[in-house]
Formats: sequence, structure tokens, C-alpha cells
Amino acid sequence: MVKKMVSEKSGKGFIYNLETFISKYKLPIGIISIVILLVVPHLGFSQYIMNILIKIGIYIMLGLGLNILTGYTGLVSLGHAGFVAIGAYTASIIAIKSGMNFIPSAILGGLLAAVFGILLGLPTLRLTGTYLSIVTLGFGEIVRTVLMNWDSVTNGTLGVKGIPKPEIFGIKLTLANNGLYYMMLALVALITIFCIVLINSKTGRAFLAIKTDEMAGVMMGINVTYYKVLAFVLSAFISAVAGAFYATLIGYVDPNSFTFDISTLILSIVILGGMGTVRGMFVGAAVLISFPEVSRKLMDYRFVVYGLILVFMMRFRPQGLLGWKSQMPYKLSKNVKKRLQDLENSPS
Amino acid sequence: MALLFVGMNFGIIPAVALSLLLTGLLGIAIDKTALEPLRKKHSIPIASLITTIGISNIIQNLLTAFMGSEKKPFPGLFDYGTVNLGSVQINSSQIFMFLVSLLLMIVLVIIVNKTKIGLAMRASQQNAKAANLMGINVNFIVSFTFFLGGVSAAIAGVLISGYYQIVYPTMGYMAGLKAFAAAVLGGIGSLPGSLIGGLIVGISESITATVFGSSYRDCTAFIILILVLIIRPNGLFGKKGITKV
Amino acid sequence: MAYLQVNGITKRFGGIVAVDKVSFEVNEGEIVSIIGPNGAGKTTVFNMLTGVYKIDEGEIIFDGKPIHNLKPQQIVKSGISRTFQNIRLFQDLRVVENVLVGTHIRTKYNLLESVIRSPKFRKEEDEKVFRAIEILKSIGLDHYRDDYAENLPYGDQRKLEIARAIATGAKLILLDEPAAGMNPQESEELLQFIRSLKQKGYTIIMIEHDMSVVMNISDRIYVIDHGKPIASGLPAEIANNERVIEAYLGRGRKNAEDK
Repeated sequence: MVKKMVSEKSGKGFIYNLETFISKYKLPIGIISIVILLVVPHLGFSQYIMNILIKIGIYIMLGLGLNILTGYTGLVSLGHAGFVAIGAYTASIIAIKSGMNFIPSAILGGLLAAVFGILLGLPTLRLTGTYLSIVTLGFGEIVRTVLMNWDSVTNGTLGVKGIPKPEIFGIKLTLANNGLYYMMLALVALITIFCIVLINSKTGRAFLAIKTDEMAGVMMGINVTYYKVLAFVLSAFISAVAGAFYATLIGYVDPNSFTFDISTLILSIVILGGMGTVRGMFVGAAVLISFPEVSRKLMDYRFVVYGLILVFMMRFRPQGLLGWKSQMPYKLSKNVKKRLQDLENSPS
Repeated sequence: MALLFVGMNFGIIPAVALSLLLTGLLGIAIDKTALEPLRKKHSIPIASLITTIGISNIIQNLLTAFMGSEKKPFPGLFDYGTVNLGSVQINSSQIFMFLVSLLLMIVLVIIVNKTKIGLAMRASQQNAKAANLMGINVNFIVSFTFFLGGVSAAIAGVLISGYYQIVYPTMGYMAGLKAFAAAVLGGIGSLPGSLIGGLIVGISESITATVFGSSYRDCTAFIILILVLIIRPNGLFGKKGITKV
Repeated sequence: MAYLQVNGITKRFGGIVAVDKVSFEVNEGEIVSIIGPNGAGKTTVFNMLTGVYKIDEGEIIFDGKPIHNLKPQQIVKSGISRTFQNIRLFQDLRVVENVLVGTHIRTKYNLLESVIRSPKFRKEEDEKVFRAIEILKSIGLDHYRDDYAENLPYGDQRKLEIARAIATGAKLILLDEPAAGMNPQESEELLQFIRSLKQKGYTIIMIEHDMSVVMNISDRIYVIDHGKPIASGLPAEIANNERVIEAYLGRGRKNAEDK
């Protein structure tokens, strides 16, 4: 089988053209998308639509969070609903009891989830594949059991009510004044930038190396234990922050908001969009969150559909809808380019 | 895991046999349609894992959609009163459950250790490629294993439902998780180990329920699992593997 | 004391003694080959040197410090790196990224610095990318820089593994059958490259079956069979050593009767 090579410049397929187009018009495309995203709330959509858009944003964050673990590092977690729940409950309870604002309370929720990420990450390092996933599944269920039974703190099955909305400079952010929408945009933007920066650093390369060939990674001096736990921690933190935002959006959380189905939904987003890509999370979340809204019937069968998506994607397109490998040359910084130029010009 | 609640809505004892068979066949069907193509394509290892998650999701939610998510009554099996051993009172269905699991274990041990197909199973587990070269039809062996797994899970499902006299679509999760904890505790790959692991998990659960209250009962298996993984990752009876480079 | 001093290392798997009291030494700047029939325990020796296996007996002293039973990461840090018999590249990563993974342990910035893209991060990152390209140029793979490792021809994948090992900053490179699957022209090129590494001051230990490569390039050769050392010496001595010929071609009648 002959595969196309970038260096031959023969790969002028659809992907190549698309990527060339995007990189050529990077600036205008970026500006137009930002402007569209900013003016959307003023186009007269109903609150119902705005609510769905914010929900998509939350699931983009969750997808990006799980992607660090599953897409980059190759560890499949089935218990991410647990991290989401920890974030949502912690932030909400702190906000209610101490009147703390959303941002610090969400960060505290994220930190607590990160601690649980370490606790879950350390023992599971000895496990591979299926075993790891079953333990994470167990983790998710245990979190739910504790939330249901720790009545004095979590109010049991009744859940936590009256979660305050975030405030910035004394202005309450709500659905009606579109504050929550802009907050969602800001959070998604921050997390997206974080993921892009992360994957283009030695940390990201270590994650990818562990995913492709752990033993080879060890032989390159990568501290696999550290990076696997780090992936758990970052993933847990992001998921928990998304969970905290979910709680303040809905204003109410109970243990049944964070079932195993939520974990599979997040996994389906990652798989559908394309493991290890950032763009895939946007498409995955948009498709999977918006389609059940189309009809009542789909709503009833949506978890069956999520299961079917997992099965069919693995069978026919395991890399996901947008999971192509870039055919653009590896991006060099100006400094490196200049030094290479100098190297070529100097007689050797 | 999800297999175990599939066949359960038939009702009376002859139907149990049918449900065992159906669950076993479903295991084969799942392997043939969804997993075998992945093996043929040499997909990434997590592909088959994700596929099984997807399938368990489909089965469970289809059951929820068609049967409803509420708990349904299930006929009590083999309830012939209680037996008194001194001051200890044992329910006849508990004795029956114990006997059935013991029998099931013996049958499985014989299949795995004494039969030709068991030898082929162990060979395929060690090195699928070499087994294939030796003329073993690895795909058939895997399907057969799925059948066995499906049937055993269904037997366990019937026993549990017969004991608690209810069935519901999500009953498999905790059972599956506990089963896994028991298998890891005993050592993956050791059948007697699984039995002893199961006993330990069960007894610890009862202790937890008495000490901390029954609502935390389900956490026990998980805590045991974590502890085993930290202290003795190969389990009580497991063998240590050799890293190959 | 030699640069790498291996004293009587032993490895048992259950009842089987895979490596039995093997000793050897390698001086700085040497190319030393370890040969022996299949299953002799050569790769096991490499696994012990790189910390994949713990050793049951003996000691390994590298550059004056004992390194046996250290973690693989610590051994890489101390300056030993390796390639694999069956190629283990990061297939989904680009060629240049594979080499960059090699520079991982010498890349000095922390997570926070990379997230805020601090000047230190950018300087280090530029430095390492430039270094990676330099290595690729020296091994003749720079024209593949942007390709994915899986798309490279077999021989070039082996070269890329060497490039990745060099990128760790190691001074002692272990090559596990570097010429396997190469045609005569490719192995000739490889030979040239390994020689050039020696000139640059690298020390090399090599497991190899291709005798034309081994005899041409090695300063000294160690032979092991059934986990035991059976001979050592200059290439010419090894080529005429009776025990070596026996090990490769089978024993004479006398030994057969002993059994």
C-alpha cells in the first residue's frame, strides 16, 4: 500500500486544499467567526435556542477535558461524570454556603476534582485498556453513591437547589442578559487555547508518545507515571469547571444529573469528532447535543444512538469525523527558520 | 456485562434455559458483527473496548425504552424454606446459589483446563498469531468464549434476580463492577481465585453494610479493587507477567 | 575503569536463566558488537542495561556510577539510549516530532511556562526544534521532516530510531539489529553513518546478525550463547574461534554424546 507523503507535495487532496485555504485566510476566517459568535445573542433567537448553544459549549469543554485523557494519552475513562459531579457540587455548595462568586468556587471545585484525579490516576497506572476503564466506571458510580447518601452535605437524592448565578463587576450573568452565553464563550476559548498550547509542548508530545507506544516512551526518558497522572489531573480539572458552569446555568443539581450515560455521551463526542483533535470536539458536541432536540422520538432513543455511534465509528472511521492528520508542513518558528537559512547559506 | 439482563423477561423455569441460550448466542452475534471486523482490520486496541461500551449502552437503553426503567418482579427460584445450622439460618435459595456457582466453576475449570477447546483458548490468549499458525481458528475460539461468557453472565443474572425477585435494566452495572473486583482480587486468569475473590468481596460488603449502613455497601467492591491494585496488582493467585520489548 | 563496565549480570525468568554471569566492558568511543544465535539472550542484556529488567546478580557501572536497577528514565538521563529490534517509532507522529520526543528529558521548561508561552519556553522549544533538524540532516532524513513516521520506508524508520536515540543526548547508544531488513546498499550507508557517529565521539554497542556489518565495523566483539558468554576479542579472532563456529553451526559428535 502506497501512502501519500507530505514531502512529495502529491497529497493535493481535499484535506490539503482545505488546510491550505484555512491557513491562507486564517485572519479573516478567525475574525468572522469571532464576530458571528459575539453577535449571535442579538439575532433574536429564543431562550430555548440560547440554552442549547450554552449546553453545546459545556459539552465542548467536557469533550476537550476527556480528550486530554483519551485522545492525547490513550486512556479511556468511563467515569468522567464523576469529575463533572464533583465540580458541580463543590462549586455550588461553596457558592451557597459562603456566598463566594462563581469563578473562585469553580476553581475550588476543579482543584478538588484534580485531587480525585490523582487518587484515581495513581492506582490505575498499573492497569491497561479495559481494566482501567472499568475502574473509572466504578469511580463514577461511587461518586454518585456518595452524593446520594451524604445527606448532610449534598442533600441526598433531592439535590442542591438555588445555585446562584455568576457575577462580574456586580452584574448578575443570566440567560436573559446573555451573560451566561458570553461566559461560556470565554471558558470555551480559554480551554481551547490551553489544549492547543499544551499539545504543542513537550507535555503534549509526552502524552502522544505514551498513547502510541508506552515502552518506547519510557526508553526516551519520559516519566510515564507523572504524565499519566497529569493527564488525569488536567482532564478532571477541566471537566469539573465545566460541571460547575453547568450547575450555575441550570441552578440545580442532583445525583441523577451525572449518571453513566453522561460519561458515555462525553466519550461519544470525543470519538465522533476525532480523538486527539480540538476541532473534533466542537463538531462532536454540536452534533450530539443538537440532534436529540430535533424530535421527541430521538430524545427517547438518544442513548441508543450514542451507543450506535461508538460502534459504527470504531468500525468504519476510528479516527473520527474530523480526525485527519494535518498535511501542512510542521510549523517552524521565525527564529528556527532564520537559523536554518543561516545554516544553508554558510559554506560547510 | 450488559448481557446478563437480556434474557430475563420470559418468566418461568423453562424460559430460563431459553434465556441462557439466547444470551450466549447474542454474545456470539456481537462478536461476529462488531468485534471480529476490528480484529481483522488490526484496529487500535481501544477500538474494541469502545465498541463493547457502545454495545452495552445500546442493549441497556433499548431495554429501558421497551420495558421501562422501573423494577419488575421476577419469580423467586428454589425457595423451599430455610435450613437451621445451629444458630445460623440459611435460606434454601442461598444454598442453591452457592451450589450453582460451585458447579459453574467446576464446569469452567474443566472446559478451560481439560478440553481441546480450552487448550485452544489458552493458546489464543498467550499468542493469537502463533495459535492461528498452529491451525487454531482464533475467531471461532473468541466467539466461543463470548458464548461462554454470555451464558455464565446470564446464569448469574438469573440467580440474582431469583434471589432479589426483581429485574431492571441497569442491574448489570454494579454486578459487573463487583465481578471485576472479585476477578482482580483473585488474580485475572485464575478461576478458583475468582471464586475466593467473590467470597471476600461479598463478605466485606456485608460487613460494610453492618458497620457503615447499607447505602455504602456498593462502594466496598470498588475500595477493595483500588487497594488490591496498589498492594498486590496481580491478585491473590495471579502470575506475574514478563514485559517483552 | 572502562566507560561501561558490566560485571557478571544474571537474569532469571522463573527457572530459566536467560542471562548467566555475562561480563563485558566498553571503552569510550568504541564500537562493540554482541553476537550470538537467536535466543542467546542478547536483547535481554540490552533490556538489563536500559532498566527494562531488574538484574538478579552482578553490577553495571557506567561512567563511574552504578546504574543497575535504576528506573529506565534515570538511565536515559545518565546518558544511555537505545533502538529496538522490532521498530518502535511513534507512528502517528511526524518525523521531526519523533526526534523532539527524544529531546524530552533535555527540554527544560515546566508546564506553566509552556502554557503562558514564556520567553524561556520559546527559546527552549526553538533550540530543540533546531537541534532535531540538525540531527535529521546529519542522518540524511531531513527531506522526510514533515512526514508521518509510519509512511517512511523500512530502512529509514530504523535510521529515525537512531536519530531519536541520539536526540536524548545519550553518549552511549545501543543498537538492536540496526541492519535487519536492509538491502546491501542500505546497510552500507548505515555502516558509514555508524562510523561517523564514532568519529563524533559516540560509543556504540550493537546487536547484529549481518556478519558483513559486524566484522567491518566492530572494534571488539562479544559472543554469547544460551545466556552465557563464550568468546570475546577482535573481529578476526572471533571469525576463527572454534566455540563460536560451534555455537552457530552446531556442536561436534563428542558434545552430542555427552548429552
